[in-house]
Parts: sequence; C-alpha cells; structure tokens
Amino acid sequence: MTKRIRAPLTDSDVMELKSGDNVLFSGVVYAARDAAHQKLADLLEAREQWPVDLKGQVIYYVGPSPARPGKVIGSAGPTTSGRMDAYTPSMLAQGVKALIGKGSRNESTRRALQKYKGVYLAATGGAGALLARAIKESEVVAYPELGPEAILRLVVEDFPAVVINDAYGNDLYEEGRRHYAERS
Amino acid sequence: MRKVNVALLVDAVADMCVEANYHLGSDVLETFRHGLEEEVSTVGKEVFRQLLENAYIADEGEFPLCQDTGFAILFVELGQEVSLVGGDFKDAVNEGVRRGYSEGYLRKSIVRDPLRRNNTGDNTPAVIHIDIVPGDRIRLILTPKGGGSENMSAVRMLTPADGRRGIVDFVVDTVSKAGSNPCPPVVVGVGVGGTFEKVAYLAKKALLRPLRQPHPDPFYAALEEELLQEINKTGIGPQGFGGSFTALAVHVEVFPCHIATMPAAVNLNCHSSRHAERII
Repeated sequence: MTKRIRAPLTDSDVMELKSGDNVLFSGVVYAARDAAHQKLADLLEAREQWPVDLKGQVIYYVGPSPARPGKVIGSAGPTTSGRMDAYTPSMLAQGVKALIGKGSRNESTRRALQKYKGVYLAATGGAGALLARAIKESEVVAYPELGPEAILRLVVEDFPAVVINDAYGNDLYEEGRRHYAERS
Repeated sequence: MRKVNVALLVDAVADMCVEANYHLGSDVLETFRHGLEEEVSTVGKEVFRQLLENAYIADEGEFPLCQDTGFAILFVELGQEVSLVGGDFKDAVNEGVRRGYSEGYLRKSIVRDPLRRNNTGDNTPAVIHIDIVPGDRIRLILTPKGGGSENMSAVRMLTPADGRRGIVDFVVDTVSKAGSNPCPPVVVGVGVGGTFEKVAYLAKKALLRPLRQPHPDPFYAALEEELLQEINKTGIGPQGFGGSFTALAVHVEVFPCHIATMPAAVNLNCHSSRHAERII
C-alpha cells in the first residue's frame, strides 16, 4: 500500500507508518550527511543552538551532485545511513521525526526510534537521477563551506521511500531477508 | 618509439569521467531487465523498475546515474613502445579528472587527508594502476567507484587448507554481512592468490569485466556460478528489501601464490557498475 505523507510530521503521522509501507513524501525535508551531523553533534555538546530548527522534521541523508544551470539540484539519492547511527539517537531526542537513507541501522538507533516515536525509511540507493525529479526546491540553510555536505532545505513532491524501521520495532531488512532466504 | 602527447590523456580521461557517470553499459542494463522479469519479490521488482528508469534519465545527460560519482580509478595498459611526451603523466590524468568532474557537474567526493578531511574540491587525485604491456598503444579504463560499496569490501589471508570451501564461505559471508548497505543488487569482484596487496587489486580488476562474462577457465567459471547462486540464496534482495537478486554477477580473478598462502579479497560494487574505455 502506498501512503502519502506531508512533512514535517507529527507523532500520529509516525505511528501510522509500518515497516514495508511505500510512502510518497511531500513537503520539506532537510539534507544532512556525515560532516553536518558532526557539526550538529558538536553544538549539542557545547549546549549551543542549531542553525535550523529540526523539530518534527525529516532528515534525508544525501550529498547531491552539483545542479546544472536551470536545474534545482543534481543527482540526489540516499547515502549509507549506518554512518549516522552515532548521532541519530540524540537527533531523535531533539525532536527529529523521520530519517531517509539506505542500509541498516544499529540497535541504539532502532531503540531510539521506538522511544522517541520516529521512523526510518529507505529510498532506492543509486537512483539519484530518478529521485532528483521529486525535488522541487533546494536551498543551502547551513554550513555552505561543507560543499556537498552542507545542510539543505528541500521541498519535495511525491518522493518515494519504503519504511524500514517503524516506531513499533519492526525491521523490513530483517523480515524481507528472512522471508526470501533459502535454507541450505 | 611512438610518441604520445599527454594532452591526449587529459581529453580522454575527462570524457571517460563524464561518459561513465551518465551512461550505463548495455551489459548492466541487460541484468536489470532480467531482474525485472525474474525477481520473485514485488518490492524487488519495483527496485529494478526504478533502476531502469534511473538509467534512462541519466542517459539524457543532465543527471548523473548516482550522486556519488565516485573516486576516479584509472587502469592503464601502457604499451612499452610508447614514449609519453608533453608533460607529466599523472598531472595529465588528474587534469582530466578535474575537467571531467567540473564540466560534467559531477560531485567532488575526495578529501585530501583521511583524518583531517578537507575536500580537494576537484575530485583529484585519481587512483592509477599501470601495467606495462607489449605494443605501441595505451588502453585506458576508467571506473568511478562509490564509497558505500567500497566500505563493505574485505581482504582475508586464508590458508591453503581453507581451499575452495574457504573462498565460498568468505565471499558469501562478506556479502551477507554487507546486507543492504552496498546498494544491492551488487556486482562482486573476487581476487584469489597473489599477495596481500595484489589480491585487493585483483578483486578490483574483476569488476571491470563485462557483467556475466564468465572466467575463461571453466574451473573458475563454475566457481563464479556457485558463488552467485549461494549469494542469491541469502534473501537480501534488491536494496536489501528481501528477494532473489542480491548479486547481478560474480567475477573471480586469480594469480599464483606462495606455498604457504591463499589470500582472498572481495570488492563490492553497487548495481551502478560504471566504466568507460579508450584506446590511444
């Protein structure tokens, strides 16, 4: 079943999403990857304010390729989410509601998704040209010096993703793999 | 000696960076079409549908196949009767990368220092592998390599007693542990033999072969087929969503080794198996 969701999200939006659901996102998502996460974590540790308010927001792990003249963005598919696991529980504690990337999350991220009512989704890795078409606006909102790793505010329309980890503790990667594994 | 001006290399490398990042080879597209028909999971089929559509969009030349436009790796077969003139060989290759990544609107993904991590800003330097061969020509193969799949690769110093079973277990285990991270369906490059550093090179080189073109030695062609079947039994499936296509192809490259050793390496490539070739 395909569910249409508008970002930012509320707790009840999150609780409606189940592992395996196909989702089409519309609204605002924030692009941030390794270096931006490190900067946000440093600010948290120093008890300083973030340059953007991420309460209720969706974070998309992406470092797009440069936009051609006249284009909103370049290719913009997900990067491997596991590298952000070190930062994710504290992001969720700050009110971030959803994360989009690709690849599996560790135990502490999965527990934090349940604790703080968050959801993790995957977009198709390596389909950056296709996914770029769902991005309608793009603006650097913090850390322009990080180049492809700057924080961007993206406006998306029908951006396709699949729910991997829901707020109930389910994991599509584990379930899907178990279902199709051939016992030898 | 045939004199070749390195300026030719600049042009060739720049062209190849762009070509490889926008135009997927027909061998790869063929495996996508096969996957779309044969994948048993519905969500897996949808992945193949998206990958085909993505490849068609990229082919139009405005959006690269993936935002990770990779580390530029250049394999050079340099004819020994070639005399390179007009400048420094490595400078020419890096100038080609610089130009290709700038003119092609490709992402600059290289940091100058692994710990201090400042972006070089132009995707240089390239990783260059040079092989001196007979003749008076230069064969160049450029492959942009993404970071996600590179991170899940592995080298292991197996022993002769581990045998064929040891290789199969190591390769399947590496792909299994990588799970959804390297953007499956993956292409699996396997190196066996040589030494610690040589085996990693062999695994990388194995990724250059056209997909599903079997090893010329039937013994290794059979090993490739067995590895592919075993990997696809893991159930990881396209993007790790579960399914019957975890790998598109497994290629094995071998080299003689020491009586005490049996090095093995697995280099994973995402489904975006990108390369371009030029002969000068």
